[in-house]
Amino acid sequence: MRYEAPDTTEAAVQLLAAETGLARVLAGGTDLLVQLRSGMVDPDLVVDIKRIEVMRQISEEDGGFRIGAAVSSAELGEHAALSAAWPGVVEAAELIGSTQIQGRCTMVGNLCNASPAADSVPAMVAAAAMVTLVGPDGRRELPAEAVAEAPGKTSLQKGELVESVFLPKRPPRSGDAYLRFIPRTEMDIAVVGAGVSLTLDEQGTCQTARVSLGAVAPRVLLVEDSANCLIGTKVGAAALEALAAAASAACSPIDDKRGTVEFRIKVAGVLARRAAEKALERAKGTA
Amino acid sequence: MTTIKVSTTINGDPVDYLCEPQETLLDALRDRLGLTGAKEGCGTGDCGACSVILDGRLVCACLVMGAEAEGRAVETIEGLADGEELHPLQQKFIDHAALQCGVCTPGFLVAAKSLLDRNPDPTETEVRYWLAGNLCRCTGYDKIVRAVMDTAADMREAR
Repeated sequence: MRYEAPDTTEAAVQLLAAETGLARVLAGGTDLLVQLRSGMVDPDLVVDIKRIEVMRQISEEDGGFRIGAAVSSAELGEHAALSAAWPGVVEAAELIGSTQIQGRCTMVGNLCNASPAADSVPAMVAAAAMVTLVGPDGRRELPAEAVAEAPGKTSLQKGELVESVFLPKRPPRSGDAYLRFIPRTEMDIAVVGAGVSLTLDEQGTCQTARVSLGAVAPRVLLVEDSANCLIGTKVGAAALEALAAAASAACSPIDDKRGTVEFRIKVAGVLARRAAEKALERAKGTA
Repeated sequence: MTTIKVSTTINGDPVDYLCEPQETLLDALRDRLGLTGAKEGCGTGDCGACSVILDGRLVCACLVMGAEAEGRAVETIEGLADGEELHPLQQKFIDHAALQCGVCTPGFLVAAKSLLDRNPDPTETEVRYWLAGNLCRCTGYDKIVRAVMDTAADMREAR
């Protein structure tokens, strides 16, 4: 195995594209090192992106935030403007692992690890986050929900890597939230995760909404049927019940030691409703 | 296999070492530099026994590659005491009997130091969440949390 730590995105792309064997990108390493050490992957090349300046930065852009692929969850949480604009995304990123993991893990790594239970991914999907990919054929943009194709598998092409993720400008009267269910209070993998982002008009009617679920399907879901239950309503009890039912209906989970199919389907509806209530409070400025 | 030469700073001293590309920082510290305070418990970032501070951030050394330390600053448990003078956290761990077998203790001390460096007046809840990534199978945590809270109180008074 070779270890390379280039200082530009272009150099990273060249290394990844030129590698004939298996190549892996190293950001925080909290998934990759575990996979390496357990023998799950045996790469010929590891490209560490933490020396690439643009990947280490959080910058304001067009009223939104561009977050480099190597920015840790701890750095996200310490960024006051980002935390104020997108509290749901930041709280999701801060749920990943322990303090030690927080100092290293990245949202883009969470995305590219392509686990259906990744905590920050439903929050990014609800936020309509766009990722910037760079590869041998240039740059392209993808919605966050289009990165993972199946557990452990992404839509990235040979030689391609994610440079940054972009969270758009928040309109006024907007709020987002992410909630997950785990059997303990800290340090666990989501049994179900739910992200909601919504925007109200001046009368308090929901103008736009996005609802996303994690750990209930082979990939993180964008549940348009749930969002449609909110749009055009005051987000009252009936709309929230409809959203919950649509969320449960969208699930196709597995049974495992963390939860049964039946439990996950039920909890997905409950969490989607509670996340919508929290996003609503934030949009109204009461949370 | 190409050996990588790494120039880094450990506990304030410039250090050079050679490591293999797939070698972890934990293995480099323990096997190449003889700094055996950081322990390998799980090797998967769950137990915190290998906690070190890398460029000011608390991390698990088992999830850092040795080569990544190039040009960085690493703080380990070996740098906590000042010669024979124990760090206040170390003394309080003894006073409160906050250790039994001791395997997790270096990790807890490094993690607790990084908390108190950032937050000299943590609540008990903040201490418990900050240390949630450090597992101890002997003490039941209460004595550890009390030792950290007591250290913080003493250090605030000393300021």
